[in-house]
Amino acid sequence: MAARVGVVTFPGSLDDRDAARAVRTAGGEPVSLWHGDADLKGVDAVVLPGGFSYGDYLRCGAIARFAPIMSEIVPAAQSGDLPVLGICNGFQVLCESHLLPGALTRNAGQRFICRDQPIRMTATDTAWTGAYRAEQELLIPLKSNEGNYTADTATLDKLEAEGRVVLRYAGQTPNGSRRDIAGVTNEHRNVVGLMPHPEHAISALTGPSVDGLGFFTSVLAHLTGERPVAAGAVAR
Amino acid sequence: MTETSQLDTVSRAETSPDTPQPFAELGMKDDEYARVRTILGRRPTSAELAIYSVMWSEHCSYKSSKTHLRQFGAKAPHSDALLVGMGENAGVVDVGDGYAVTFKIESHNHPSYVEPHQGAATGVGGIVRDILTMGARPVAVMDALRFGPAEAADTHRVLPGVVSGISFYGNCLGLPNIGGELGFDPGYSANPLVNALCVGVMRHDGIKLAQAPGPGNKVVLFGATTGPDGIGGASVLASANFDAESHAKRPSVQVGDPFLEKLLIECSLELFERDLVVGIQDLGAAGVSCATTELAAGGTGGMRIALDRVPLRDPRLTPEEILMSESQERMMAVVEPGKLEAFLDTCAKWDILATVIGEVTEVTGEEDQRGGRLVMTWHGETVVDLPPRTASDEGPVYERPYHKPADQDALQTDTPARLARPVSDAELREQVLTVVGSPGICDAGWVTEQYDRYVLGNTVLATPHDSGVIRVADTGDRGVALATDGNGRYTRLDPYAGTQLAYAEAYRNVAATGARPLAVTNCLNFGSPEDPGVMWQFAEATRGLADACQELGTPVTGGNVSFYNQTGATAIHPTPVIGVLGVIDDVNTRLTSAFPAATEGASIVLLGETREELGGSAWASVIHDHLGGQPPRVDLAAEAALARVLGEAAATGLAAAAHDLSDGGLAVALAESALRGGVGCAVQVAGDAVTALFSESAARALVVVHPGSEAALTELCDRHGVPATAIGTVGGTAVRITHPAGSVDLPLPELRATYEAALPAALDAV
Repeated sequence: MAARVGVVTFPGSLDDRDAARAVRTAGGEPVSLWHGDADLKGVDAVVLPGGFSYGDYLRCGAIARFAPIMSEIVPAAQSGDLPVLGICNGFQVLCESHLLPGALTRNAGQRFICRDQPIRMTATDTAWTGAYRAEQELLIPLKSNEGNYTADTATLDKLEAEGRVVLRYAGQTPNGSRRDIAGVTNEHRNVVGLMPHPEHAISALTGPSVDGLGFFTSVLAHLTGERPVAAGAVAR
Repeated sequence: MTETSQLDTVSRAETSPDTPQPFAELGMKDDEYARVRTILGRRPTSAELAIYSVMWSEHCSYKSSKTHLRQFGAKAPHSDALLVGMGENAGVVDVGDGYAVTFKIESHNHPSYVEPHQGAATGVGGIVRDILTMGARPVAVMDALRFGPAEAADTHRVLPGVVSGISFYGNCLGLPNIGGELGFDPGYSANPLVNALCVGVMRHDGIKLAQAPGPGNKVVLFGATTGPDGIGGASVLASANFDAESHAKRPSVQVGDPFLEKLLIECSLELFERDLVVGIQDLGAAGVSCATTELAAGGTGGMRIALDRVPLRDPRLTPEEILMSESQERMMAVVEPGKLEAFLDTCAKWDILATVIGEVTEVTGEEDQRGGRLVMTWHGETVVDLPPRTASDEGPVYERPYHKPADQDALQTDTPARLARPVSDAELREQVLTVVGSPGICDAGWVTEQYDRYVLGNTVLATPHDSGVIRVADTGDRGVALATDGNGRYTRLDPYAGTQLAYAEAYRNVAATGARPLAVTNCLNFGSPEDPGVMWQFAEATRGLADACQELGTPVTGGNVSFYNQTGATAIHPTPVIGVLGVIDDVNTRLTSAFPAATEGASIVLLGETREELGGSAWASVIHDHLGGQPPRVDLAAEAALARVLGEAAATGLAAAAHDLSDGGLAVALAESALRGGVGCAVQVAGDAVTALFSESAARALVVVHPGSEAALTELCDRHGVPATAIGTVGGTAVRITHPAGSVDLPLPELRATYEAALPAALDAV
């Protein structure tokens, strides 16, 4: 039976259907989770999708953090059991929930950026990145207004020392992120947050590459304990 | 009218016929006011006056344009694809497999000039609700923008705000922005054009109409609360009948809340899905006035509304203000009593405020004769009692005088023949770079990078390709292509031909992706209709579009007229922006405008005929700051033949890429295709180099042929009578153009730097 991966819909979530499509394309069964229900429906992993939860008129992700569904997700994620992927707004929610360190602030250029962004894979030992090769370069859409990753120097040093920087922007940072960080993981490596949108890079017809599919195949392999399919085979 | 004790009820109106009324301040003419009195058989109450003044405004009634717009219906070609025609919120087109598509373009020019960010944002919000109202899920937006010179200070105020407004609203709504236009011309200084297009998808049986059948059905207002924003515009703010002091600080530009609109979309789609509404209307211009009169007119004709039940964000609002408010993110539905509870539950799930404000009523035969009966009460007292059809459908119609502007003939006589030609290859090369790096042609990434083009996951093509292409559903390969075009310079030189050229270019852009053009929407941006010269431009433009649509079999499904685009005595260039929608059976076969790097050595074929046509061209404008002569010749039969060739070339896999020729001619098309593909080309052209490189002859496109398919393409072109000239091959790291008197060599890095640096340099300069 296919692994069941929950995709949370907050009011204002936008890429929830895309995340569900990516789960399905990777071979999993997407399960829709509603922000107002403190019910994980027995899913094996969770994706917090992109969008503007509750309009994000306050700080991005600041309200979503208090949604009933988060009261189920946070403890399960903290224990290291539940794989959780936060994409863009989902990453912001994970930071606001203190499941991941740091914060995402306004892009250095003060403008929304949508572009096909080269990024570099730097941690393949997480629940969501096993299918990739270390230092593999990926081309994945970045689309955000508040993607500027920041944390204090001690935190950044700790993340680097523990190998918890999952992705870095290749070339010049597009949004001012400290140390070019595009994604990080927690100490158990089950929670990953990233600003680029792998769910928009699963088909050559609708995306710039298929480089994003590896995140979803990785978690399915992680859940079944299988050896992940090398993303080189998946992705190029 | 702020004290309840002074409430202007119907009974008060009956007994005080001589009370002076501020109809002129509300923008009504003497005879229009007199006609209202005739219709009602008494003076209108101030609430009724508010309704008639907004419903009979140019914006809502199309009173100056109607007589010309009728051609779109009268000359409409028969089309089996048309499911809903003009007159509803948006037309609906059958695209096959049980899917229907609805699309429309609308202007928000003036608000965007006054308050660029909110003006443009609410322009997106309004057109999205029009599409939603038809029962469709909005799936993409586009925007056609025109500003004054890129380096002008006012452009630096307006453009970043407009772009951030579209970005803020569209991105937050989760709709991909798949294309549009960006143009600059001194004519748009102090009068930018902000035209927003939305497209939506539904199943055939999901179409909803603005109607209110069934006496006893409930009228529900849902979405945002009603506030004092956007009330009636400046003429109304000056009304003596309103409390001038309280209005002084209120904005006449609405403020958008895209988060609420996103919830409204999801909520409405769930309401449709569960079959909980019988009629629906969005609240745009003229707000509650428009929604109630149009819903009532489309149903039994009878409706009773308790205006005091409208939820307010400012409790001081009067009945007149409620009727005229243009607060955003509101919808009105007609609901059967048995389904009301389920309706309200669905709204509650999405945190959408929903309030029953009235119900559909029976009308007598006599009332029906008069145009139905719409009654509105304010705390039990009747403040409106009028026949709704007289407000919504039977507004004034003007036959405005028009004649050719005095300078028109002189403009056409001043042809580009007198313009200096380059005397050396070095100068020719410089001209190519100057045109490629001009603000209306160069890379628009500064703008388009601020728009999400990926959300929803069905974007097959987007900016900067010739059209946006959207997959209709995940479960199939069918897609729709959309392009908008307009060229104010051409239309200024000849409004009839210029409008046909705008249509032809959009048609060609859709065809260049491999799609079959099906239907048309339009946004007609003009100066004041009270100027006979402007009215002549309008008459010529509408006649041109109607004739062209008739000839090529693509009906106009709806659109929008924007008059009064002028500051002082100078009108903008007449700028009809034409949107064409096409269908592509298999999105996997779509062609892009990028030279395919993988097919180095592939042949580049120029389709169509190149004549010396430089009137209104980018070359004349950018190099010589000249506008005169005739625009390129229109040949609609050639456009249709070219479209058939492109469609077949895509479907049968003969072509590896295609790109239409338009602004800047062959030189710009080659540069764009090369830069997008990251691979150069070597081409040879015959005849005069300026004509070969910069002429803007219509009905032309570039095609890159898959190696081995050259003969098949030639056969295809012969079959359709389309001239085809092999002009060179894809490959190398430069665009190399050889002409009879020499050659020009443009290394891609230099070309790219020129193309990409131009807009940031102009806009980021302080």
